[in-house]
Amino acid sequence: MNFAEITKENFNQISNFIIESLHSGEQANINLHAENTTFIRFNNSKVRQNTHITQKSLTLLLQKAGRSASVSFSISGNWIEDKIRAQYWLDQARSECEILPLDPFQVAIQNQGSSDSNLKGHLLNDSEVFESLIQPALGSDMAGLYCGGPLIAANRNSLGQSHWFSTESFFMDYSLYDGQRAVKGVYAGTQWHQEDYVNKISTSKIQLSLLNRPKITLEPGKYRTYLAPAAVAEIAHMFSWDFLSYNSFKKGTSALMKFGNNEKSFSPLFSVRENFQLGLNHRFNSMGELAPETLELITDGQLKNFLVSSRSAKEYSIPGNAADNHEAPRSLEITAGNLPESEILKKLETGLYLSNLHYLNWSDRMSARITGMTRYACFWVEKGEIIGPISDMRFDESLYDCLGENLLAVTDFQEIDPQVSTYDSRILGGKKTPGIMIKDFKLTL
Amino acid sequence: MNIYPNMQLNLRKTLANLSPQVDWTQIRYVSEKTTWRMVRDEKSERNSLSFDQGVMVEVLIEGHFGYAGTSDLTEEGIKSAFDKACFLAKHASNYKAHNFTELQRPPAVGTYNSHLEIGLDKISAQEIIDIFIEATRAMKLSEKIVSRSATTMISEIEQLTISSSGADIHQNFSIVNTDFSVTAHQNGETQTRTDSGGLARCLQIGAEAFDRETLLQRARKIAEEALELLAAENCPKDTLDILIAPDQMTLQVHESIGHPLEYDRILGDERNYAGWSFVQPQDFGNLQYGSPLLNVTFDPTTPNGLGSYAFDDSGHQAAKEFLIKDGVLLRGLGGLESQARLNLSGVASSRSSSWNRAPIDRMANINIEPGIDKIEDMIKSVQRGLFIMSNKSWSIDDYRNKFQFGCEYAKLIENGELTKTVKNPNYRGTTVQFWNSLKSVSDTRESFGAAFCGKGEPNQGIRVGHKTPYCLFSNIEVFGA
Ligand SMILES: [Zn+2]
Repeated sequence: MNFAEITKENFNQISNFIIESLHSGEQANINLHAENTTFIRFNNSKVRQNTHITQKSLTLLLQKAGRSASVSFSISGNWIEDKIRAQYWLDQARSECEILPLDPFQVAIQNQGSSDSNLKGHLLNDSEVFESLIQPALGSDMAGLYCGGPLIAANRNSLGQSHWFSTESFFMDYSLYDGQRAVKGVYAGTQWHQEDYVNKISTSKIQLSLLNRPKITLEPGKYRTYLAPAAVAEIAHMFSWDFLSYNSFKKGTSALMKFGNNEKSFSPLFSVRENFQLGLNHRFNSMGELAPETLELITDGQLKNFLVSSRSAKEYSIPGNAADNHEAPRSLEITAGNLPESEILKKLETGLYLSNLHYLNWSDRMSARITGMTRYACFWVEKGEIIGPISDMRFDESLYDCLGENLLAVTDFQEIDPQVSTYDSRILGGKKTPGIMIKDFKLTL
Repeated sequence: MNIYPNMQLNLRKTLANLSPQVDWTQIRYVSEKTTWRMVRDEKSERNSLSFDQGVMVEVLIEGHFGYAGTSDLTEEGIKSAFDKACFLAKHASNYKAHNFTELQRPPAVGTYNSHLEIGLDKISAQEIIDIFIEATRAMKLSEKIVSRSATTMISEIEQLTISSSGADIHQNFSIVNTDFSVTAHQNGETQTRTDSGGLARCLQIGAEAFDRETLLQRARKIAEEALELLAAENCPKDTLDILIAPDQMTLQVHESIGHPLEYDRILGDERNYAGWSFVQPQDFGNLQYGSPLLNVTFDPTTPNGLGSYAFDDSGHQAAKEFLIKDGVLLRGLGGLESQARLNLSGVASSRSSSWNRAPIDRMANINIEPGIDKIEDMIKSVQRGLFIMSNKSWSIDDYRNKFQFGCEYAKLIENGELTKTVKNPNYRGTTVQFWNSLKSVSDTRESFGAAFCGKGEPNQGIRVGHKTPYCLFSNIEVFGA
């Protein structure tokens, strides 16, 4: 049996045990995270550290007499051990329910159906992985992380709901350096094709050689700017942070407050939606609710929907849309426009071409203002010609400007920004973003 | 060591049974019990417990460390992780970044326990929830207050490290994080005030962190300040002196001293993620990082400090060291591996976020040593300036030069006196220039923490502490919203 098959057996055994052990008046919702991952960290095209991780954990939400208790615990995959753990944590959850106050916005556990998805991948095996990754990069200074292996999310509840999603995926997230000049690349998917990886690295090497001109230092000020899809993805990353969440809108902390209250607007060229057809994430959330295949959030600059969890729906008496509790997008897409790739430099004329941005944060939420840095391959362009790379600059820019009246064009192509976050564990997801052309992008330092 | 009944975990026996085909092996067990409790608007919002446990098996083969971690704590599970670590380390050793030896894993023996006055078992969930309900009620000073919350994250961590060369380290950590937040709204203006900024109130401490009167007082204070901010003018756009409170100095020292001094950043390990560093190896002993008033230490012995411990994850015994003395950069943050790679002296800072990550160079407590000035005199010395506190926004470039930080609350200083409250205070600068403009340091200090300092590939969020005085800087660019 492979990792997914063994894990499915573990999950069924433990969840059956928990569900069968419930007393009358108790309901349970159970989530599983499991992964079997090879991580390889590179510096200077050599192996700095390599770590293999097998981790499985369960989260049990117990509802009893209007109370909600959540407990999470690691499981071993050994039934004798795991039965002891499951019993212990079920008891703990019960004791919590004894002492907790009523949960006023509890969403009753329901059977929201079933799903079963098993994606077979083709990954590098452990004996060839080092050579396959390093060989194409030789002759350059590569830093980065390879991550690959099975990744599983599953959900069951005591009313018969059952969801299973397993995939075998990888990403190679790297930077190539030449002194302080650098380019960024990510190769991700479920089917490793060595020739695609080799091509990707060669393209990065060519890009790096383009940076080999004297650096141009800019003065702070406003610049006509093209943001490539990876740079737009950094901005879109902020949409997970107190932005599209209905709960933060109601609590007054969302950066979309003024938009939600019709005091500010976005450009008709700007549309963003949740799109599970991208295949980057499963549709069920941690309560096993199925999100719609697509959900329009902002269309042609007009607000269509906030992300609303069932908990917020209950609190504010509005319909929910199966967002997860933190109401962050799980499969976000900024839709394409009509600027072809071949026209970008011509349309930019004179200004900045920014491939990547770095370390974004809200500098003023109420005006949806973001500060951050330029990073990697960023160029100064004159009369449609790349003149040379720029020294990194800080920007401070309101989304109401750059996605509002200063938004000049959106590219007719998009790129996938794969999820590469690995805090505590790997996670599923990703985004799809186009490039955007804007005027008066504000550099401050 | 194990919360479960009738479960035996005999790591020493397991270690002894691992085949002796490698130069060196270590097993590092980590368990972490985390309790979240959150009350919003006097109602229970979130209550969750989690218990994560696992082991990291580490082997040294042909000069390369290999790691394999597992949540399967059976003897077979650990044996299987050991085999995987050996297999991958052997293959990787052909491409290794450095030739390491057992010198990077001293066979340390010892124990550590967080300093606490009252055990965490002495306060019940009910008591905490009651205090939090009362605290959010105390925040309800006006109809303008639209959201009130009180949150705690309590962590109890146990680490046991044993190695084939005789290491035997047992460390126990007790950590309490409290976070209060008030949002006020009126006429299209929204202001949020927290108890010292996000999750900064985070210490190694016991149940004494839940002193009812102290917490209620702090709850009322931030509610009053949220209302003050609602009525306040915007922070001026100007260049002036700023006096920074310890709850913002924490972030300042973290981002513009801690991170750039990490040896693994200087060595380039981190270049694909958080970035490189403007600091070069030859800067140690030479660079005038700040004004002569700046004294910065790496101090994992700080009582209650969030980043305190007795040994790092390589078995290196922790000790206090000066990083910057009289403004001159002396030493960086690097454990034994980085010290060997750079041939520089460092500190015991090789730390991992948990059993499932390999150790990398981190901060512990990075503190600013106290100065001699009284805070009142520091205010008196300022003609026109800003007293600024509690971080709400942070951003810095990948070499750690150009930063921009936003805070929750500030007061103008005019002719040596604190006057009006101003909202949306922000400031920006470049690291070395900024620290060289330090002109006065207070004789008192306060401790805060960063509960999720993110770094590394794979990513690791780790706890670090900062004990700092109030610091006065001249000619800083400030602005509002
Ligand atoms: Zn940090």
